[in-house]
Order: sequence, then C-alpha cells, then structure tokens
Amino acid sequence: MALPNKVLGELKAVKDPEVEEREVDILIVGGGMAATGSAFEAKKWMSEGQTVLMVDKAALERSGAVAQGLSAINTYIGENAIEDYVRMVRNDLMGIVREDLIYDLGNHIDDSVHLFEEWGLPMWKKTEDGKNMDGKKGLKMGTLKSGATPVRTGKWQIMINGESYKRIVAEAAKLAIGDENVLERCFIVEILLDANKENQIAGAVGFSVRENKVYIIKCKTMMVACGGAVNIYQPRSVGEGMGRAWYPIWNAGSTYTMCMKVGAELSMMENRFTPARFKDGYGPVGAWFLLFKAKALNGLGEAFAFSDAAKAELERYAPYGTAAVTPTCLRNHLMLVEMKAGRGPIIMDTVTALATLAEKLDKKELKHLESEAWEDFLDMTCGQANLWCAQNCEPEKKNSEVMPTEPYLLGSHSGCCGLWVSGPDLDWVPDSYKIKAANGKVYNRMTTVDGLFTAGDGVGCSGHKFSSGSHAEGRIAMKSMVRYARDNADFTPALSLSKEEIVDLVYKPVRTYLDSCEYTTDVDINPNYLKPEGMAFRLMKATHEYGAGTATFYQTSTKNLEIVMDLLQVMREDCEKLAAGDLHELMRCWEIFHRIWTVEAHLRHIQFRKETRYPGFYYQSDYPGQDDENWFCFTNSKYDLKAEKWEMMKRDYIKIIPD
Amino acid sequence: MPSFVIAEKCDGCKGGDKTACMYICPNDLMVLDPNAMKAYNQEPNQCWECFSCVKICPTQAIEVRGYSDFVPLGSSVMPMLGTEDVMWTCKFRNGLIKRFKFPIRTTPEGAANAYPDLKGKDLDSEVLSTEEADGYTLKTPQTV
Repeated sequence: MALPNKVLGELKAVKDPEVEEREVDILIVGGGMAATGSAFEAKKWMSEGQTVLMVDKAALERSGAVAQGLSAINTYIGENAIEDYVRMVRNDLMGIVREDLIYDLGNHIDDSVHLFEEWGLPMWKKTEDGKNMDGKKGLKMGTLKSGATPVRTGKWQIMINGESYKRIVAEAAKLAIGDENVLERCFIVEILLDANKENQIAGAVGFSVRENKVYIIKCKTMMVACGGAVNIYQPRSVGEGMGRAWYPIWNAGSTYTMCMKVGAELSMMENRFTPARFKDGYGPVGAWFLLFKAKALNGLGEAFAFSDAAKAELERYAPYGTAAVTPTCLRNHLMLVEMKAGRGPIIMDTVTALATLAEKLDKKELKHLESEAWEDFLDMTCGQANLWCAQNCEPEKKNSEVMPTEPYLLGSHSGCCGLWVSGPDLDWVPDSYKIKAANGKVYNRMTTVDGLFTAGDGVGCSGHKFSSGSHAEGRIAMKSMVRYARDNADFTPALSLSKEEIVDLVYKPVRTYLDSCEYTTDVDINPNYLKPEGMAFRLMKATHEYGAGTATFYQTSTKNLEIVMDLLQVMREDCEKLAAGDLHELMRCWEIFHRIWTVEAHLRHIQFRKETRYPGFYYQSDYPGQDDENWFCFTNSKYDLKAEKWEMMKRDYIKIIPD
Repeated sequence: MPSFVIAEKCDGCKGGDKTACMYICPNDLMVLDPNAMKAYNQEPNQCWECFSCVKICPTQAIEVRGYSDFVPLGSSVMPMLGTEDVMWTCKFRNGLIKRFKFPIRTTPEGAANAYPDLKGKDLDSEVLSTEEADGYTLKTPQTV
C-alpha cells in the first residue's frame, strides 16, 4: 500500500509519533530482487488464515540494486552444468565458498529467469544463423523456457533490454502478495528476539519516512533482505559525485547490522568488492571485455594483463590465478600492480576493439553494435552515458579510463560476505552446513537465529547470484519460512521492550534534536548533538585512511586496524548524540548507525584472518599472500549484545564438487 | 549527476495524493516545497542518477545535470518512457546528438502473470511453486 506523500513542511519530526502495532506470521523486510522473489512465492505455500507483510524503505517499483535497470542477467544456467557454476564461483572467490548454497541456487535460478520473460522482460535471442535479436524482435524466436537460444556475452550472462526490469518484477510481486500486504516508505531499523523463547526472532521496529509514525511488527518468522553496504568508505568523488556509487547508494548495511545485533552469525565479512569500472561514471566494463573484446592498456599502451610479468604474478596465486578465467580480485590486483609501479592510468581500448569489429560487420550491424554499447550504460548506469556525452567521448574515436572503485560489501555480486545460513535439508549437503532450529528441523537459508532468514546480499559465502539468483534465493527462503510458520503455528511472538521503550529507541535522534536545537543559531552546528552527515564523513575518513580504502591502495595492517577499531568505538559512543530534525534525517541517522556496525564486522574479520586471501580487493600488509594451511576455512563472527563482545571463529570448508 | 526540476514545468503534481518524483525516488531525495508547489532534490550529493524521477515525471519537468566535481557542462541525457519502449536523446557537449530506442517490456503494464491461483502441493520438498507445477525434479550434484 503506497502512502500518500506529504509536503516538506509536514515532514518535520515530532517528539511523540503515532504508533502502529501489527502482527503477522511472515514478515519480509526489504524490497529488492530477493524480497520480491520471496513475495512472489509466499502465497503459493501459505495456508488459509496465515498472514504476510512486506516492508520496503522505498517504493517497490524502483527500489534496490535494480532500480534503474540492468542490461544483462548475469546468471542463467541454461545449457551449462550446475557443477560448472559452482566451480566458477569457487575459483572467482579464491576457493572458500559454500558449495551447497551455490549448487542449490543453480537448481532454481532459471525458473526465475523464465518467469521474468513471461512477465514481459525483453530477452535477446540468437537466430539460427547466429545473429543477435533484441528483446522485441527476438519474441518470434520463442521463449527461453521453450528452448530459444539467449545471447550470451560470457558463459553465464545473457543480454536483456532491462530498463524496466525492477518495475516488472515488482509488479508480479505486488500482484502475488496483494497490494494491501505491502508497506512502502517504512524503514525497519532494529529486529527483536522473543521475550520468552531463546534465540527466536519475534519482531521488527521502524518508522515511516512520510509521517510521524513508529511501526512495531511482530511475526513468527522474518526475512531480512535489505541489500549490501555502500558509502562505507570515502568514495573517489567527494562532491556531488559521491552519489555516483557503483552499488545502490541507499544500501546501508542494514541486513548485516540488524541480524548481527540479534546474535546471527556472520561469515566471510572480510570479503569485499572493489569493482574496476569506467572512471568516475562507474559504468559497466563487462560488455566491453566480453562482447566487444576490448583490452585494458596501461599508461605505456601495453596490454599488461597478457604480459609474462602478469602471468608470473598470477602464478603466485595458483590454482585460482592460473585458472582459465582469472578471479575478479586478481584482475584488480594486476591493475594495481601497474598503477603502483607508476604505469597508470589504465585505459580501456574501445577504439581498437570497435575498429576490429567493424572489419567484420556491415554498416547496419555496426550501427546496431554502437547502440548496444550505449544501451549497456543507459539501461543501468545512465550517468556514465552522460559523462561520455559531456566529455565528447565517442568510444569508436576516444578511449576511456578504467579505475577500481572504493570498497563495497555484498553477497550477491562478485563478493561473498553475509550471514551464515543453513543449506537445504538434502542428503548430499554436509551436516555442518545444516542449521537445526529448536524443533530439530532444518530450514533452508535460515540464519543461526530461529525463524530469521535472509537472501541475496544477505547470504554469505556464495557470490555470483546477481539479480536472477537473488530473486530465486528469496523464493527458496520463503518456502522454508512458510514451513517454519506452519511448524511453529502455536508460537506467539512477544517482545521484551514496551511500546514506550521502542518509541524511545527509534525516535531517540528526534528527541536529541528537539531538546537542544534552539541552543545555537544554526541547527546543523550544535555542541550537544551531531547531524548524520557529519558522522557519515567521519566513518568514511576513518575507513579510507586506516581500513584499506583507496587512500592506501587497499592496504591495511595490524596497527592500522587497531587505530580504526578505537575510532569506531568512539563513533558508536557519539552515535548516542545523533540528531534528526526531519524524517529524512532520521532515516540518515539510522543508516549511518547501520553502516558503522557493518564496517566494524568487516574490519574485525580482516583483523582475524591473518592472510591476504583477496589481493586486489584488500591487502593485510603484515600477512601478505595466502596461508592455506591455517586459513583455508570460513571465518565467522557472532556478536553478543548483552556482553558487548565479538566472538571470532573458524568453520570448516567442505569440498562438495570435484575440480 | 543530481536531478533538477525546471520551475516553469513543475506543477507539483497539482497537489494530488502522490507527487510522482517524491513517490518514486529510491533514496527519498525528491520533496515538494508546499509554498511554491514545486519539487526539488533535497540532497543532491546522494543522488544515484537512476533517472527514476526523470522517467516518471508527468510534465517532463525533471532533468539531470552532471555532477559538478567531474562532469563538464553542456551535455544532457533524456529518456522518454513509453509503454513498450524507451527513447533516449543523448546530447554531447559539442552538440552531437545520438538517439536510441530500446524495448522495455513485451507485455501490457499490469499484466505480469503472478500465478494468483497456483497453490503448491508439497511444502516439505525443495522445489519452488512453479517448478512443482512443471514437474521439475531437482538435480543432485556429482560429489567428491
């Protein structure tokens, strides 16, 4: 249900908001691909009388990572073996992944892709004589489900016309779950355990960003799928351009922080993603490498990735570095080797690539190719298209610079940080990968907290799901959640905090503001509180300088980590004085709070793992190189809220799929 | 590349229930000034340039100006969102204009098949609803 918008003057925060209490069996927190997947699946399995609610911080039609669209679906199994999908992910993520989760996902991804096409997402098709048809012209070739051939740019990627990707998927989700069961513009900020039953999720609390209202929603089971974490490190652009994050700027680490704070185990939080993208605009490079066969050159004009020196460097990271497809982090590493040696900048040679292709194509085909290059940007990174226009850059005439970005945390793209979750209850899945709930049963994608599930960026140890995999994973999780709700039908959730205590918690920044805002003549500068923007800059400065940001070419060390831990401690103390004058600012207060905790988890994991598993993403300078003897394992952490202590632990990696 | 609102074109969605840009912005940036009845971007440095507001604006009052810290002035990228296609006009700083048309959807809006009547049978299996309806059997890996 969409809330009517209120004008700015009515968005000022008040001391005592209205409170709305609700109770449902199944609660979905989030609105991106994973959450919409779960919404599609919910009512297919729910029985009469069971209730569900989906809560999105934004508007479902354009929320999450796919808001502006996508030009490709990066995972479609199709004619490939699922085992090969697992092998690809494992190699890209340097050996340590949950093969049960990846294989399981491989079983279901294509079903989601087939649904997207049925719903109206245009998919490119290959004609019998090998020509590419766009999503509209390709309709006559039939559907992928009926056996039509997609246009692949790589082994796993298929091309789409994806401007309206999210709108289409959101429409199906809303129709499936019922408009009345969708609550938009409500930001869930904390989730709560049950007052009576140990380690059981019982509810979520948050607020409306459109009216002064606090929501208290009790449930038997909950999915938290609010994406990864963006704007946690100082971005390369620090003016207006800081909005041009590679991943959605509104992803605040809420998934990790909210789950961690109820004691859910995190895994591989040291993993991060620093994608190499077109400089500043952060436009995608995948199609340029894969579809147009462009090469990256160093400042001397050398195709450095194909040099003997690069080959020798990659051999240091065998078997991953010497595999047919170089892992993403090592491709970055090669780029950084050039930059650090003074052989930058890195240039994508679009001119040569397009000239080479032009030799084989007629004029019409070439025009189509140019259109494909632009669509790649316009479908998913409109700003990059504008940057090229502003720079008078026609890719057939002028090359463009490529640069690795600031770090991002995520579990669905080429990264694998997130929650430790259960695999499916199938015979081939090792027991140590199955999490048993209090009733002794195993629920696929449940975290170590009973009744708490996640998907997409939330699930750790299994990257390369992308949009389609996140959707499918949301569906997998939802089926388990309905099962959980059925098996725990007699459970009545109870919160240990009173209504007043919850309002105090959620609206604390508003009260802090109202208590002191009249003391100074400028509401933004006041010794009694801090506005969220200041805290956001403080976090980004600290991570940038000490936490392996771009300032140090992604290097950190034991001593640097000690310093940043102290800074984070003080930031958390100062967060007690965050202040919000309006509802937008209240959202920003909670977002920065979520970001700080997520960053702490990330850096604690880097501190714990005494090796450099992902060169190119980050370097622990005191422990360069990989130490398979001691660290070929998952690193997990659990935060004890009562004792305010982190517990770091290793968990065994089990190889399921042979080489 | 923050969005901006052309004062003359914005009618505040005529004071209706929904201000389109405010409704759609994924980052809660677009707001309506109640006195002027015009929308504006309240936090330009948090704009992801997703163009959601540009595409949804009923009076085409919203455009995007490149981020001042690295984008030279003088270019523009404008979408026209139809029901089946999007038309893009890309204007270069030097005046060159490129136009592109891409499909966005192959079904009428609102017609996505959400399988409203489909009810799963075996809640204890690991197959999804539409997979079960298709008779899909799970593959089992060749293990070590």
